[in-house]
Amino acid sequence: MRVSGESLILTPIRRLGLIPLSVLGELGRMGLFLGRAVFYTFAPPLKFFRVLKQIRFIGLDSVLVIVLTGAFTGMVIGFQGYYTLSRVGSTAFLGPMVALSLLRELGPVMTALMVTGRAGSAVTAEIGIMRITEQIDELEILGLSPYRYLVVPNLLAALVSVPLLTAIFNVVGILGGYLVGGRLLGVNAGTYFGSMTDYMGSKDVLVGLYKSICFGGLIAWVCCYKGYTAGFGAEGVSRATTQAVVLSSVLILVFDYLLTSVLF
Amino acid sequence: MISIENLHKSFGGVEVLKGASLDIQDGEVVALIGPSGEGKSVFLKLMAGLLRPDSGRIVFNGKDLCSLRRAELVELRNRFGFLFQNGALFDSMTVYDNVAFPLREKTRQTEKEIEERVLRELEQVGLTGADDKYPAQLSGGMAKRAAIARALVLSPEIMLFDEPTTGLDPIIVNSIHSLIDVMHARHGFSGIVVSHAIPAIFAVVQKVAVLYGGVIRFVGTPKEIFKTDDGVVRDFIRGSLPAEAFRFGEQIPVQLNAIEKAGGVS
Repeated sequence: MRVSGESLILTPIRRLGLIPLSVLGELGRMGLFLGRAVFYTFAPPLKFFRVLKQIRFIGLDSVLVIVLTGAFTGMVIGFQGYYTLSRVGSTAFLGPMVALSLLRELGPVMTALMVTGRAGSAVTAEIGIMRITEQIDELEILGLSPYRYLVVPNLLAALVSVPLLTAIFNVVGILGGYLVGGRLLGVNAGTYFGSMTDYMGSKDVLVGLYKSICFGGLIAWVCCYKGYTAGFGAEGVSRATTQAVVLSSVLILVFDYLLTSVLF
Repeated sequence: MISIENLHKSFGGVEVLKGASLDIQDGEVVALIGPSGEGKSVFLKLMAGLLRPDSGRIVFNGKDLCSLRRAELVELRNRFGFLFQNGALFDSMTVYDNVAFPLREKTRQTEKEIEERVLRELEQVGLTGADDKYPAQLSGGMAKRAAIARALVLSPEIMLFDEPTTGLDPIIVNSIHSLIDVMHARHGFSGIVVSHAIPAIFAVVQKVAVLYGGVIRFVGTPKEIFKTDDGVVRDFIRGSLPAEAFRFGEQIPVQLNAIEKAGGVS
């Protein structure tokens, strides 16, 4: 087969150009998907019982894993914080250190990552299976919007559940930090909790709240989108699930940085 | 009447439909047959508005489906029923809830009225007593029956069947065809049945259309298709039939019935 000199030069350039084009195309599709989801969130009727069902699935069913992760994260910060602060002779600040780390950063991020792994992946798989078995097409044939039935309940449930789970994570983490710092390493309970209120303001709580709301929306958006656009067969669903978890996790960390720089 | 005019549809640069046209009269059921991969399911999904054609028109009661706004399309879809290849039953719901779902979402009937209607539909498709089962607990034939009950529960004017008998054994194929025939007589819908069950499907349709090479190559009655001069259609029909059916049809009673009703083979 003869290959012209022009095509030898142009083909790699064309292929190179396809990469940003496909990324832009995907971003555009994701943007449209989010736009439609937001539209159907405000366009009645709201499928209230489906929202409640998803709050139970994303929120209530995640409590155990969040309590466990929160406890161990708090305990680790308790150890690490005590070690660091004891170097400079200020172990009295262990309380604020644990609380600030959790409320501003670790609480929202760790909770979002755990929810992505536990509930986000399941949401992608469920919607993906509905896609490949034509159940989503069936909804459309019935003249019913799949966004209203599948996407909006997950979006609202994640927006409600993730901040609440973050609050649980923070409280359990602070108690975990006290368990190590106070009970094991001898920091006084009054100092631990008292200094916490001295050195923290409502802004610290709000920063964590804003982050967790953003992360909740992000998880539902990415996981629903990946399920909704799943490819063919079991392989398509498994690929969509992997992509959903990876993309959500990366975006959570990227958005965490962006939000921290804005809300600092 | 529904009129499909010059439909074109491509996927990734491959042109699947290259100007397919077909007219369906009121109350008429058409069998859409053709080799695998010719775009029969695509044709149905274009008709149902699940896909948009690259060009062409689908005119239903004077309205072009392709130029409708989303809200108008949703309104029109209420008059369509669609039986997907695998039934597409909602697997998180029982058979009862699957059939009740369109009534709950699209009508203002009370739960009592819905219950009466659902149980009647299930009885008509021979699924009495299976209402509390989940789709995963049903056999292939039962799932298709449940899906037919759900598709017909809103009494659609147009029914689109996408390979209703694929993967079923010959006895069940016959029972599903009988069910389509009975339901057609009862509901009076117009429709298309995409099928590979040749010639059994000819027994339940008024017309046969052959999709070949991206166009509707033949339209006629089941009797006419056996007499066509079109070599491709003839080869396809013959290739789809066991050789014995042409010479010793009486040896294959299930298919013979269909051939007989269709007017016999030439």
